[in-house]
Amino acid sequence: MNLLTLPWRFFLSLTASGKTGLSITLIWIALAVFGASLAPYKLEDIGVGPMFGGVSKDFWFGTDYLGRDMVSRILYGARYSIGLALGAALLASLVGTLLALLAAVAGRWLEEILGRINDAMLVLPGKILALMIVAVFGSSLPMLIVTAVFTYWPGAFRIAWAMASSLRSMDYVRASRLRGESRFYIAVHDILPNMLHPMLTDFGLRFVYIVLLLSGLSFLGLGVQPPYADWGTLVRENLQGLFDGSPAVLAPALAIASLTIGANLFIDSLQAMRPLTPAKGVA
Amino acid sequence: MNRYVLFLIARRCGAGLLTLLIVSAVVFFVTSQLPGDAAQMVLGQSATPETVAALRQQLGLDQPLMTRYLHWLGGMLHGDFGTSFASHLPVSQLVAARMPATFELAAIATLVSVPLALAIGLAAAIKRGSLFDRGLMLGTMAVVAVPEFLVATIAVIVFAVKLHWVPAMSLGTPAPDVVSYLKTYALPVLTLCCVLVAQMARMTRSALINQMESPYLEMTLLKGVSPLRAILRHALPNAVGPIANAISLSLSYLFGGVIIIESIFSYPGLASQLVDAVSNRDLPVVQLCVMLFAGCYLLLLLLADILTIAFNPKWRG
Repeated sequence: MNLLTLPWRFFLSLTASGKTGLSITLIWIALAVFGASLAPYKLEDIGVGPMFGGVSKDFWFGTDYLGRDMVSRILYGARYSIGLALGAALLASLVGTLLALLAAVAGRWLEEILGRINDAMLVLPGKILALMIVAVFGSSLPMLIVTAVFTYWPGAFRIAWAMASSLRSMDYVRASRLRGESRFYIAVHDILPNMLHPMLTDFGLRFVYIVLLLSGLSFLGLGVQPPYADWGTLVRENLQGLFDGSPAVLAPALAIASLTIGANLFIDSLQAMRPLTPAKGVA
Repeated sequence: MNRYVLFLIARRCGAGLLTLLIVSAVVFFVTSQLPGDAAQMVLGQSATPETVAALRQQLGLDQPLMTRYLHWLGGMLHGDFGTSFASHLPVSQLVAARMPATFELAAIATLVSVPLALAIGLAAAIKRGSLFDRGLMLGTMAVVAVPEFLVATIAVIVFAVKLHWVPAMSLGTPAPDVVSYLKTYALPVLTLCCVLVAQMARMTRSALINQMESPYLEMTLLKGVSPLRAILRHALPNAVGPIANAISLSLSYLFGGVIIIESIFSYPGLASQLVDAVSNRDLPVVQLCVMLFAGCYLLLLLLADILTIAFNPKWRG
C-alpha cells in the first residue's frame, strides 16, 4: 500500500508550479501513447476541411495547407516529437553516466582522453554538431536518435563526471577500496547510487533540449521526413499560412512550447527540492 | 598584471588550441564516415567506376585516413579549404561571401542584448523574491524553453502581419537609408535578442545572488552600506567572472539560434549556407562552417576565461 501511494505522495511534495509542469508533461506523454485512437480524423484525411481554415467547432486548431485537421495531425505528431526525444534522452543520459563512471574508476589515461574528447564536443554548439551528423548520415528515424544522443551525451558526461570524481575521493569509497573491493563494485555500489537523483534531473533537461533540437531540425526540413511528421515538420509545412495568421502554424509550435515549459517547471521544482550540485567531497 | 596572471592566460590559450585540434579531428573523422564516398557524391550515381576511381585518386581518397586528416589540416592552416561538391567553387570564396552578414547580425544582437540583460539581471537580483522578480524569471524561463521559431513566428504575426511596422522577409538588397536599414534588421535582431536577453538575465541574476548570499556581503549590509552600493561596489566586482562566463555561454547560443533565424527570415548568412550545404551534402562547406562556428565559440569561452583570470582579486598586485 505504501508503495502504491508513493507516486501520489511525491506529486504532493512538489511546489504548485512543479505540479502543473508534471501534469502537463504526463498528459502529453499519455496523448503520445493513445493519440492515434483519440484523433477525430485520420492522419491523411486530405480535404476534410478548407485550406488553412480557422478555429471552428469541427476543427479546434484549424486545418492545414491540405485541409487536414490540425488536432489529429498534432496527436499523431506527438509520438515522434515525444517518443524520439524520450528514447534519445534516455540513451544520452545512460551513455554519459556510464562513461563518467568508467572514467572515474579506470585510471588516469582513460580519464584524460575521455575528458579531452568531451571538452572538444562541448565546444561544438549542439545544433551545428547535429547538422554535421545529418549531413553525413541523413535523417532516418534511427539516425535522428543517434544524432541527438551524440550531440547531448557530452553534457550528461560533464555533470556525471563532476559528481563521480568528487564522490570517489570520499572516505566511504576509500574505505571500500582498502577493503579490497573491485573497481566494478565501487562504481556500481558506491558511486552510482549517489549520482542517481541528480542524473534523473539532468535527464529531464536533456529531454527538453532534445525536443527542441529535433523540432528545430524538422523545422529546417532536415529532421523527421514525410510521410512521418513531428511537430517541427508541422510548423514547417504550414509556414506559408503564417502571413494569413493561420492557427496551423501556431498550434504545433505551441504544443512544443507547452511540453518544454511544463517539463522545465517540473525540473525547476525538483532542483529546488535537491539542488543539482555535486556532492561536497574532501577535495 | 603580474607574471603569474600572464602564465595562467598563456596556459589557457594553449588548452584552447589543443581543444581546437581535437575538434578538427572530430569534425574530420565524422565527415569522412560518409556512406559511399565523396567521389561518388560529386559524380552522381551514373558515373562509371573508372571515373570514380580517377577522381578518388585526384581527391586523395585512396590515401589512409590519418594521411588525409593531416593533409586536410595542413590545407586549412594554409587557407586552402577545398572545393565545394555542389558548385565547384573554392569553399573559402563561398564562405567569405556569406560571413559578413552573419557577423553583422551577431554584432547588432550582442550590442543590443548585453546591456539590456545586465540591467534586467541586476534589477531582478536587487528585488529578489518580489513579484517583479518572480514574474521576470517565469517569463525568461518561458522564452528560453520554447523553440526559436515560435518566438520568430509570433514576432512576424504581431509586427509584420498585424501592425505592418516592418516587412516580414527582406534583406535582398542593401538598405538605402537608416530607417529602412533598421526595419530590415528589426525582426531577426528582435527574435535573437529575446532569447539571448532571457538567458543572460537569468545567469546574471543567479551569479549576483550567489555573491549576495555570502557572509562578506551581509557584513557590508550590517555595516550600514546602502543595498545598491553594496551590490554595485562589493558584489558586482566579484561576480564579473561568472557573469562573463554567462555572457559567453549565451552568446554561443547565438550560433545555434542564428541557424533557425536565418532560415526563417531568409537571411543570406553563414548559417543558412550551412543548412543548404547539409541538405546538398556538400561536405567541404559543412566542414569549414562547423570549424568556423566552433572556433568562434572557443574564442568566446577563452575571452571569458581571460576576463575571469584578469578580474580575480586573488591574483592582483
